[in-house]
Amino acid sequence: MPLLVFNKNGIYCPQADVYLDAWRKVPKCIVTHGHSDHARYGHGQYITHKTNIPIIKHRLGKLQVQGLDWNETLLVNGVKFSLHPAGHIPGSAQVRVEYKGEVWVFTGDYKLQDDGLCIPFEPIKCNTFITECTFGLPAFSWEPQEEVFNEIDSWWATNRSDDVTSLLFGYSLGKAQRILKNVNADIGPIYVHKTIYDLNKAMSEDFDLPEFTLLDTSMDKSELKGSLIVAPPGVQNAAWIRKIGAQTTAAASGWMTFRGARRRRALDKGFVLSDHADWQDLLTAVKATGCEQVIATHGYTEIFSRYLREELGLDAKTEATAYEAETIDQTQETA
Amino acid sequence: MKAFAQLIKALDSTNKTNQKVEALANYFKTAADSDKVWTIALLSHRRPKRPVNTTLLRLWATELANIPAWIFEESYHIVGDLAETIALVLPHPKGSTEMSLTEVVNEIAALGSQTEDVRKSTILERWDQFNYYERFVYNKIITGGFRIGVSQKLMTRALGQATGIDTDELAFKLMGNWDPKTISFEELIIAPSEAAAVSRPYPFFLAHAVEGEVEQLGDISQYSFEHKWDGIRAQLIFRAGTHFVWSRGEELVTDKYPEFDKLLDLIPEGTVLDGEIVCFPDGQIGDFNLLQTRIGRKNISKKLLETHPVILIAYDLLEWQGQDLRSTPFIQRRELLDKLVKKIGRGTPLYLSSTMHFKNWKEATAERERSREKRSEGLMIKRKDSHYGVGRKRGEWYKWKVDPFTIDAVLTYAMRGHGRRANLFTDYTFALWHEGALVTFAKAYSGLTDAELKEVDSWIKKNTLERFGPVRSVVPQHVFEIAFEGIAASKRHKSGVATRFPRIHRWRKDKKPDQANSLEDLKALIP
Repeated sequence: MPLLVFNKNGIYCPQADVYLDAWRKVPKCIVTHGHSDHARYGHGQYITHKTNIPIIKHRLGKLQVQGLDWNETLLVNGVKFSLHPAGHIPGSAQVRVEYKGEVWVFTGDYKLQDDGLCIPFEPIKCNTFITECTFGLPAFSWEPQEEVFNEIDSWWATNRSDDVTSLLFGYSLGKAQRILKNVNADIGPIYVHKTIYDLNKAMSEDFDLPEFTLLDTSMDKSELKGSLIVAPPGVQNAAWIRKIGAQTTAAASGWMTFRGARRRRALDKGFVLSDHADWQDLLTAVKATGCEQVIATHGYTEIFSRYLREELGLDAKTEATAYEAETIDQTQETA
Repeated sequence: MKAFAQLIKALDSTNKTNQKVEALANYFKTAADSDKVWTIALLSHRRPKRPVNTTLLRLWATELANIPAWIFEESYHIVGDLAETIALVLPHPKGSTEMSLTEVVNEIAALGSQTEDVRKSTILERWDQFNYYERFVYNKIITGGFRIGVSQKLMTRALGQATGIDTDELAFKLMGNWDPKTISFEELIIAPSEAAAVSRPYPFFLAHAVEGEVEQLGDISQYSFEHKWDGIRAQLIFRAGTHFVWSRGEELVTDKYPEFDKLLDLIPEGTVLDGEIVCFPDGQIGDFNLLQTRIGRKNISKKLLETHPVILIAYDLLEWQGQDLRSTPFIQRRELLDKLVKKIGRGTPLYLSSTMHFKNWKEATAERERSREKRSEGLMIKRKDSHYGVGRKRGEWYKWKVDPFTIDAVLTYAMRGHGRRANLFTDYTFALWHEGALVTFAKAYSGLTDAELKEVDSWIKKNTLERFGPVRSVVPQHVFEIAFEGIAASKRHKSGVATRFPRIHRWRKDKKPDQANSLEDLKALIP
């Protein structure tokens, strides 16, 4: 029996009777991070990193949850579980599972770039590496974060000098805080959508974000002129957006690599800024584990695992999961 | 090249027409003259001859990117644009270059006569000097098809803003047969040029579709009616002892239609006709598929001229005795045209699109019902006092097409789309029942809303049966009503039927696959 199996509920450890990021209700579940396709409602008991506790409580309401520190071992029926930084969003973890000397790692979602917000990804030696590959195509190659934010800053500054409001869409958990943390706040006032505002307040850790104001759609629109509004992508077509006057829109996402994705969403501008690993970083991550077996869970799984088999000689396969990745237009928090 | 790539990036960075016009106008004010000419040429789909085929480009890109060929192809299917895919997979550039757009284009043009080794080393060297946008633009120039959301009209506006020249005049100047290699910006745009004017067609005036009830167009006595012929829109120009045939895509196609050569002796100089080229075998208007045969051929054989002859159904006179008639009212132009065509008489490939007048909309509607027997697509409605404008203007000309044929078919295959539909399964194949099996009859790409596309896309991803490269076969479950304009028997199609302009009319969620139509139902529609 493998240490971890994929069943209809999620990724399961039979020896410990524990699930990882289950997509159906289960008695006991280790949760890698707070995005809704990984942290689902209704499990009996949640185990997650301490930073993630206020986040999932904010999103899922009251729950029974046990918090772990980085590297802290949780022993269940002889199986050692521990959490290690995944660098995806605040509180996101990889799960290391060890039993009788065999080690498996499940990444959840991750990136190798240091975003200045969360604790950077830590490579872990293992026998089997269960990895996401949302951007597992050679067409994806991220620029250094600094360059992307230089672009964002100059876009905002230009808009501001033209008295145009800058609307920047990014997922409310992770991307929004990363934008706030790294944008040049000296350019002008920053407003955030309520979903983001509430999340920022709910996070206990001090991320040292610049000053931001809750966007009140009833406020005088001249106040917003030239400001930066950070909002989740789902509100792009909301009625209040048309009422805020002269504006220009942009999205920050790995999918903005494709011109087609941006044009389809009728955005003015796309910034390629992702909380996932790009092609080279996925390969780097796989190689750093020293693993013999790779299981790709979501993203361009067939392509990525074929490459690992044929070009790197690894035993790589794919398993179906309910984690979102293939679509660009998803309002889910996957990019 | 840097400035041009920067321009393309700026055009790409906004959805707002005014900002695009401004970015272009700024470029036209500051760029070098030869770069301006090439920019106009590229944005109006004129480009140097392709020096290498895309197979080689793909091969070289995979070599430089150090990736296997299959993963490049997979990436291409997902990205949906070859120039973009190559620009994305190449490693970051090691150098840079200050070459101008003109230098780059001239280099590409000269590559055609070089050995493959030289072509390869040149292209690889440029790739390694260009940033992402420069590469993208470079690949677009090589592979052709510079579609980046800049219409000819938008470019003309920008040129007008930059030069102060009237946009109608500019539209006229930009049409026709000019060569960016030899013409200067001064000659093309600034100077009034007579030599070039000889070949130039007028910008085509286009009709709006009738929206809502036709009665809303008001007093019927203001309008003249004609049938709407389904061929290629064309202008026949007779000037300075020679003639030109222009198709609406601004293509000079004189050589493709030698039938019109004999008109040169019959029509006086200084005449421009507007009309529809249609295939006309056995003394009647043929199906559009017959015309397709002529459009596709480069060499027009004697036999083809016999089996697939064409005529021009003229419906407007834009120039007469060397005078531009476009601001003369439509009915006066038609009087002159009718007289001209009747005088030339029978036995020529010049026919007249007869005008009709109706007392009330009921009569007009009844005539529209007869469109299919008359082999037309419906009616054209033109204001009697209308001028011949530029582009599409509201309130002058209308097209009032007959309702399309429709049939319910089952979705059987899907392929990822291109451009703004990249990475979404948006290109569908539909099938009809025949002896208990589904037989493919048409492909359709349009007609669904963005929300429906997303829904179908996500369903396809979950209901794939098999994958063949970019194509997936799917569970035969969904029924769509497919609309099309024309239908004819065809030996080239597996189903034995060719449909014209098939598109999705609506998603029949109320129907199960076994309630879809049969191939026999479709064949019953063939006239």
